[in-house]
Amino acid sequence: MKLTLKIWRQAGPKAKGQMVDYPVDGISEDMSFLEMLDVLNDKLILEGQEPIAFDHDCREGICGACSLFIDGRPHGPGRHITTCQLHMRRFKDGDVIHVEPWRAKAFPVIKDLVVDRSAFDRIQQAGGFVSVNTNGNLVDANAIPVPKADADKAFDAATCIGCGACVAACPNSSAMLFVSAKVSQFALLPQGRAEAKERALNMVDQMDAEKFGNCSNIGACEIECPKDISLENIARLNREYLGAAVSKEEGPPVPFHKPKQA
Amino acid sequence: MARQGLFGSALVKKYWMALTGLFLITFLVVHAAINAMIFFNDGGITFNKWAHFMGTNLIIRTMEIVLFIGLIIHIVDGIMITRQNRAARPQNYVYARHNDNSRWYSRSMAILGILILLFLIVHLDNFWIKTRHIIGNLDAYGVDAAGQENLFARMQDVFTNPLLVVIYVLGCFSLFWHLLHGFKSAFQSLGLNHRKYNGFISAFGAAFSIVIPVLFASMPVAMYLGWVS
Repeated sequence: MKLTLKIWRQAGPKAKGQMVDYPVDGISEDMSFLEMLDVLNDKLILEGQEPIAFDHDCREGICGACSLFIDGRPHGPGRHITTCQLHMRRFKDGDVIHVEPWRAKAFPVIKDLVVDRSAFDRIQQAGGFVSVNTNGNLVDANAIPVPKADADKAFDAATCIGCGACVAACPNSSAMLFVSAKVSQFALLPQGRAEAKERALNMVDQMDAEKFGNCSNIGACEIECPKDISLENIARLNREYLGAAVSKEEGPPVPFHKPKQA
Repeated sequence: MARQGLFGSALVKKYWMALTGLFLITFLVVHAAINAMIFFNDGGITFNKWAHFMGTNLIIRTMEIVLFIGLIIHIVDGIMITRQNRAARPQNYVYARHNDNSRWYSRSMAILGILILLFLIVHLDNFWIKTRHIIGNLDAYGVDAAGQENLFARMQDVFTNPLLVVIYVLGCFSLFWHLLHGFKSAFQSLGLNHRKYNGFISAFGAAFSIVIPVLFASMPVAMYLGWVS
């Protein structure tokens, strides 16, 4: 296959970026998109040019490291895949393919196609811990009954790999699908209820502090999510946050009648 | 309410948008139902009777103030949300295929809202400021056959202007797309997403989004073509 790649090149976080054309030849349709970029980088290195920086790690669709806005969509065409699972057979000989980094204020570009996604880590950290006894008095794993349907929903939410495709796909750069998955995976289980209010409030506060946009239920995120996380989770976060914001008590008790004297 | 205040967090802004949106939807039902009285085709007697009731009833008059407050919250909230969303993506994509993963009207609520607001300014200028005797009044139209203030005649007069008829129909198109996303979106924003009811909410929302604007649009068209007199 012969292709023309239009790739975003940006020397550093403060540098001005631009699209640069790269013709590539001899691409097998069995290659993944990342392997195709490897071929291009090998060529660039041999020619003495700076190779293109892009994120990748496991290359089997479970780590969430690979990003890339390919041909106008996060992780390129096709559903439920990451970029390492995108194969060149999805494209035709002679295609022109745009490759850009995730675009969001909360995901600043580090170099070329690599963005800083540590905002997600900080949101996750703001969520805090789940109270689980690890003091040696082991409790049988099945001592607390969990309905199968709830366990399945919690597991579905927990499959989020934090890749950031939801933010990249969202015209508003909202991180709601990610945050809702991370809230839901605990909110659905009895073990996660103890800190549920704090978790929802703290994670949303952190999400706002990172300057992500607002969710307006456009739904592009659930279409582009490689793990098929549903908008149901965003509705659950909306319920969890509303309940927590209304009912979370702070401060000392308020006297029913004001005391007449000190 | 929340730690970030009444309009602080991204989620509280969603709740306001949903609640005011649903409230404005209830207004649309009442407004469309009352206006549909013109189709009794009785020289506007039934319509004028109801218009008089709406214009003089204390509860309705109070609700009119609440309605304006709801509309203003809906608009101000929308401006805040849109500004933040713009700021959240300072560098846009060079090439994006948004249509592959979402609907254009879902992404265009702000623009559709502005179009509806522009229509509303024309609409309030045509009718509201006169019926409330704020600027001008309806004296020039005399009374109807039952001796009532003749808002019906004012409608007939306004809708002899083809440009205004076109503006009203375009306003109804904007409302259709705004509702098509807004109706079911309001439920999602309030957390009302359930596998058993999502299909119904979506279908009812779509039907509502068609019926109300079609009913509204049929009024200026019917008057312009002389179907109602």
